[in-house]
Amino acid sequence: MEFSRRDAIALGLGAVAMTLVPFRVQAATATDDMIAEFTGGADMADSGVTLTAPEIAENGNTVPISVDAPGAVAIMILASGNPTPGVATFNFGPLAASQSASTRIRLAGTQDVIAVAKMADGSFARASSTVKVTIGGCGG
Amino acid sequence: MASGVKPRVKVPKTAAAGEAITIKTLISHTMESGQRKDKEGNVIPRSIINRFTCEFGGEMVVDVTMEPAISTNPYFQFDATVPAAGDFVFTWYDDDGSVYDTTKSVSVG
Repeated sequence: MEFSRRDAIALGLGAVAMTLVPFRVQAATATDDMIAEFTGGADMADSGVTLTAPEIAENGNTVPISVDAPGAVAIMILASGNPTPGVATFNFGPLAASQSASTRIRLAGTQDVIAVAKMADGSFARASSTVKVTIGGCGG
Repeated sequence: MASGVKPRVKVPKTAAAGEAITIKTLISHTMESGQRKDKEGNVIPRSIINRFTCEFGGEMVVDVTMEPAISTNPYFQFDATVPAAGDFVFTWYDDDGSVYDTTKSVSVG
């Protein structure tokens, strides 16, 4: 059998899809599991938490992000496309002047960064932001 | 990695009582994620700082749980209220059991 250029491309794409698809699905489930664990399955409001992340990050090793959720007691940050979705959880004490924080995170590739805030009254809010990553931050 | 870890913290030296101040912290640490491989293809074991806390006079300002997705040389910026003159205590907890801490005094005037 002779390989045409078209066959070769189709085969190549198929192989890429085969490796990516199970990984993506697994990561997405892990993200949902972590959110469910944090919220206890409660509904999340769309407003109340602000997640600031760059639209395009040239280097996935240090992506500056900041979260702000007035009235929150804890904010969890997740990177849905990372090998392990957890990034950090901020717990704010009585002396925190504002429920906001900034840090730098690693992103393996283009993906959604999610922030879930737990409010003082027990409700939850969620925000997400898509970050395009030019060079992934997981090393080889 | 317990060597060469140096915490750096930026806190204003003076503040008004009850004033909100911005604190910036940086600590040098490789934050080995446990995902990378060395030249022979062996996985480099995870070695990160997994927790950071900032306290003032025994009261918590912020307590951060950190995962491998935090970048090398973890940086944090947050706001704290200064109720009176005293010390901010910053503590980092390493995977290997090491604890790094530093203290910054703030005077009210």
